[in-house]
Amino acid sequence: MANYTEENLAEELENQEYKFGFVTPIDSDTIPIGLSEDVIRLISNKKEEPLWLLEHRLHAYNVWKTMEEPKWAHVKYKKPDFQNIAYYSAPKQSKKYESWDDVDPEMKATMAKLGISMEEQQRLTGVAVDFVMDSVSVATSFKEKLGELGIIFCSFSEAVQNHPDLVRKYMGTVIPTTDNYYAALNNAVFTDGSFCYIPKGVRCPMELSTYFRINAGGTGQFERTLVVADEGSYVSYLEGCTAPQRDENQLHAAVVELIALDNAEIKYSTVQNWYPGDKNGLGGIFNFVTKRGICHTNSKISWTQVETGSAVTWKYPSCILKGDHSIGEFYSVAVTNNYQQADTGTKMIHLGKNTKSTIISKGISAGKSQNSYRGLVQIHKSAKNARNFSQCDSLLMSSECGAHTFPYIECKNSTAKIEHEATTSKIGEDQLFYCKQRGIGEEKAIGLIVNGYCKEVLNQLPMEFAVEAQKLLTISLEGSVG
Amino acid sequence: MITIKNLHASIDGKEILRGLNLTVNAGEVHAIMGPNGAGKSTLASVLAGRDAYEITAGEVIFEGTDLLSLSTEDRAREGLFLAFQYPVEIPGVSNVNFLRTAINEIRAYKGEESLSAKDFMSLVREKSALVELDSKLASRSVNEGFSGGEKKRNEIFQMAMLAPKLAILDETDSGLDIDALRIVAKGVNQLKSPENAAIVITHYQRLLDYIVPDFVHVLYKGQIVKTGGKELALELEEKGYDWIKDAHPTV
Repeated sequence: MANYTEENLAEELENQEYKFGFVTPIDSDTIPIGLSEDVIRLISNKKEEPLWLLEHRLHAYNVWKTMEEPKWAHVKYKKPDFQNIAYYSAPKQSKKYESWDDVDPEMKATMAKLGISMEEQQRLTGVAVDFVMDSVSVATSFKEKLGELGIIFCSFSEAVQNHPDLVRKYMGTVIPTTDNYYAALNNAVFTDGSFCYIPKGVRCPMELSTYFRINAGGTGQFERTLVVADEGSYVSYLEGCTAPQRDENQLHAAVVELIALDNAEIKYSTVQNWYPGDKNGLGGIFNFVTKRGICHTNSKISWTQVETGSAVTWKYPSCILKGDHSIGEFYSVAVTNNYQQADTGTKMIHLGKNTKSTIISKGISAGKSQNSYRGLVQIHKSAKNARNFSQCDSLLMSSECGAHTFPYIECKNSTAKIEHEATTSKIGEDQLFYCKQRGIGEEKAIGLIVNGYCKEVLNQLPMEFAVEAQKLLTISLEGSVG
Repeated sequence: MITIKNLHASIDGKEILRGLNLTVNAGEVHAIMGPNGAGKSTLASVLAGRDAYEITAGEVIFEGTDLLSLSTEDRAREGLFLAFQYPVEIPGVSNVNFLRTAINEIRAYKGEESLSAKDFMSLVREKSALVELDSKLASRSVNEGFSGGEKKRNEIFQMAMLAPKLAILDETDSGLDIDALRIVAKGVNQLKSPENAAIVITHYQRLLDYIVPDFVHVLYKGQIVKTGGKELALELEEKGYDWIKDAHPTV
């Protein structure tokens, strides 16, 4: 962060509107709206999928049809009309890109605007990127270099073609097909996403990252991510998201599964900046996401998320601590402004002995928004000496917003140690006055105070992401004290 | 430096300052004393620009500028510093980051370049020694977990870093033991110069043993009712405030 100065921040703040609201004028191959078995067959066919996957999709679809949308989340929205969404939209391209040079210039320009650099030789720090626009993965960088270590990092579709055994072995093992309403829908219609496999004992030398972009109108994005860290391996994975500014609500329903085998470690970081809707609550993304990881013996999964976007967010990155001595962590900053609603948190399921989990959640509510933390800490009978520490803080920036905390604790083993701390505070007029009296202007003062409040979480992010997240927090809260 | 004329200010409809007059020249130290509720802290807050107060009459000229027309941050950037009676905590924001932001905002306001990290850090070392502030405190979050004395020393440290033209010390002595008081006073005295000035607000004479004022003013019911030299403070210490109150029953 040493290179990032206050002047950079000031510059960023001048462009304070949602700056990813543009649309790329690119021809898309979009199928007609509507959802049916035929549509699912069409998607599967377009992706030249094996029969088992088509059957998987159809099974999910048939179960989904019998399911009810969950109502327990503390959010209000108009249920999406599932027959009014196009389930597949791909930027038109001649055929698969053989090299970066084949990529459509318009697409390259989009990536540049989003701040994504795919040109490997120009990168100073090693971050390999998979770029997913609408329903397909557009490009993945550093594939060869990673391949030398046996690391597989590619789009989900490619993984299905090239590594079907791995995909089949692990897909759906953490999040069952019919886990919940939106996960079932995802299983039926998912189009692309990222796949990553780190072989035994390999420490992935660079950050792996997927950038999700919704571009086409009237579509939804249903992506899948599957990360498998084999025994004794390590990987740090980043995910970023943006979408154009539109008056309609677009649906994003992803499924992310992490598998940490014995002695492995996965660090998964998200900066979610989907279009949040305008000041009056018009438009914005519905972000209904299922994320879960499983930890085998002595392994560790760490989720870090900075959530600033989306009109409605509904998301609980969770850990199943199956193996003895495994560790689950959840670090979250969720910001809501204007009419945004977020219901987010985590589930820590302790099954193994001496398992440990940490939950640090920082909610920031501004405008007329509603921000809820919902978490479950579950200690099973088998989880001897399990430990959990939870801290849930809420910061209120206005008098019309809401902050809510719904912590659930279920403990079936008396040797467990569970700690829970929660605070709610209002951004202090006193703090602001103190900053101003030292010559610091209001916007900068809010930036300082809010970033200080979130520091424990931001410290968990890889450096490039942390800087981005800091800026995002400040921009999201522009002019929101009142 | 600063001229306050007929200043009236109220909070929640209640008038606290009722026609206050005061002139402070460069190189001077003024002490403002008075009983509880006289309006001492209100004066500090009004000069610094706290929103809660309504100015109903009067004017304040600071270095030739109409102070009351400036925002809180611009007053600070023009060189007005308030050492808070109750310094606030800002969790997660390090003292150095806070001060560096402040210094660079002030410099930007004056059209000056930002201070380099190297120059800034050497300034931190120099000024923290002045108030015997443990250098570890400089990297800790602003006032978080500081003792009462550390918070006050931190205020003087910030003052030393920002080098204001006019420093207002609002009951800086409250809650300090004698050693902390001595250190704080030493810091203030070393920062004194012919170009700057200080207004020291205090309830007790004690602090004035260490920071010797050129003038002592007694504030009572929102007005300055008596002005004298440093001996006035001793007289107040001896006789209390009752004789002042008796002399001004209708203010």
